[in-house]
Amino acid sequence: MPNEILSISHLTKQYDAQTVLRDISFDVREGEVIVIVGPSGCGKSTLLRCMNALEDIQSGEIRLRGEPVRRDGSNLAEIRQKIGMVFQSYELFPHLNVLDNILLAPLKVQKRPRKEAEAEALRLLSRVGLADKARSFPRQLSGGQKQRVAIVRALIMHPEVLLFDEVTAALDPEMVREVLDVLLELADQGKTMLIVTHEMQFARAVADKVIFLEDGVIKETGTPAQFFDAPKTERAKEFLRTFSFERKRTNNIAI
Amino acid sequence: MFSELFLKLWNTGIIQKGIWETVYMTVLSSVIAYLIGLPLGVILTVADKEGIWPHPLLHRILGLIVNFFRSVPFIILMVAMLPAAKLIVGTSLGNRAMIVMLVIAAAPYVARMVESSLKEVDAGVIEAAQSMGTGNFQIIRKVLLPEAKPSLIIGAVISMVTILGYSAMAATIGGTGLGQIAISYGHQRFHPDITWFCVVLTVVIVQIIQEAGNRIARKTDKRYKA
Repeated sequence: MPNEILSISHLTKQYDAQTVLRDISFDVREGEVIVIVGPSGCGKSTLLRCMNALEDIQSGEIRLRGEPVRRDGSNLAEIRQKIGMVFQSYELFPHLNVLDNILLAPLKVQKRPRKEAEAEALRLLSRVGLADKARSFPRQLSGGQKQRVAIVRALIMHPEVLLFDEVTAALDPEMVREVLDVLLELADQGKTMLIVTHEMQFARAVADKVIFLEDGVIKETGTPAQFFDAPKTERAKEFLRTFSFERKRTNNIAI
Repeated sequence: MFSELFLKLWNTGIIQKGIWETVYMTVLSSVIAYLIGLPLGVILTVADKEGIWPHPLLHRILGLIVNFFRSVPFIILMVAMLPAAKLIVGTSLGNRAMIVMLVIAAAPYVARMVESSLKEVDAGVIEAAQSMGTGNFQIIRKVLLPEAKPSLIIGAVISMVTILGYSAMAATIGGTGLGQIAISYGHQRFHPDITWFCVVLTVVIVQIIQEAGNRIARKTDKRYKA
């Protein structure tokens, strides 16, 4: 199988007696953008967290270019450097300024020379429109700015795959836009990305493939056109209906 | 206003020496207590089953030891630990022995203070560090400790004030300092002016520690300042 980066096979995840993910299998090819959608609590965030070994899995396996991704694996640190993750609530280090937030892992984990890493950090920051914020602290930034810094912090590690876990869910509408524009640009550059989101229009615009997850099971997979225009399952249709308002008020006041 | 005995103690420098002894015992005991208690608190935090280095058995054993020392009242612990002082500093008398007692009593207390500060650190930022492949040692050094710094400093102030209080109690088994002056001159020789002077001095020392600590904590806190 050529140019497959990530392969997930028969993944099952349980919290105590509850099964959160059941027999999940799919592959991610190089340059592919996969969007995972589904109702709250369906396990989409958990699925992403498993891919970065932030969660234990009970059976099945995840492989990054053939190498197993495991919480107890001896290669965990190297594997994680190749899988970048951006979180819903940014998770910037509050005690470090923007530049130091970005440089922590390149300097301490990858042991890169400061000069080179700093130059790249500044380049990336200016690409997301934050060149002037390098010395600011996270508390001085808006949500959208923080999230763009978090994206830069993931990018500077040169990961092979980027995981985005509801990265706009905590943002105001205008800020959602500025973050999604960055994601779209990354997709255009050919980055391999897995995106969990509730922004359906964005999903449609950015995805090569949409995965619909419900109750921990993949219910449907398809291209955005297939999934959004002609969903196969009743559950997917129902889910997509929740995003449109067909019913109108019946007692509007006539003007 | 002051009694003759007070003036005599002041003029012969006994009170001044008492102040110095109290400060010296408190500071030195605090420093040693942190040298032991800080790593202990870090281990208690990371070895927890929810921590970044889960080792439940180690966590349990350390927890039990810490709880053991924490549950014995200081005055009893002091008497019980006299042989330990003899073993460690070669004497069970005087301030050197008292410092051993203070450290034995304070280190477990410090460990719990440190643990509670470190547990306040947002699990999300630790996961963010992990997701980039940061090792446990780097997470402790670069995320956990710096992130908890303001809270650690506040904890250090509380610990130091507690140790200051303990140091006064050490007077009952031969320690010196303001506690001993208050007991042997103020209490036993009926000179309330001496007792009250010691009280005021103690309050001043506590205020200085508190104010200095608050200032440092505020300076290091990058989270809220506008």
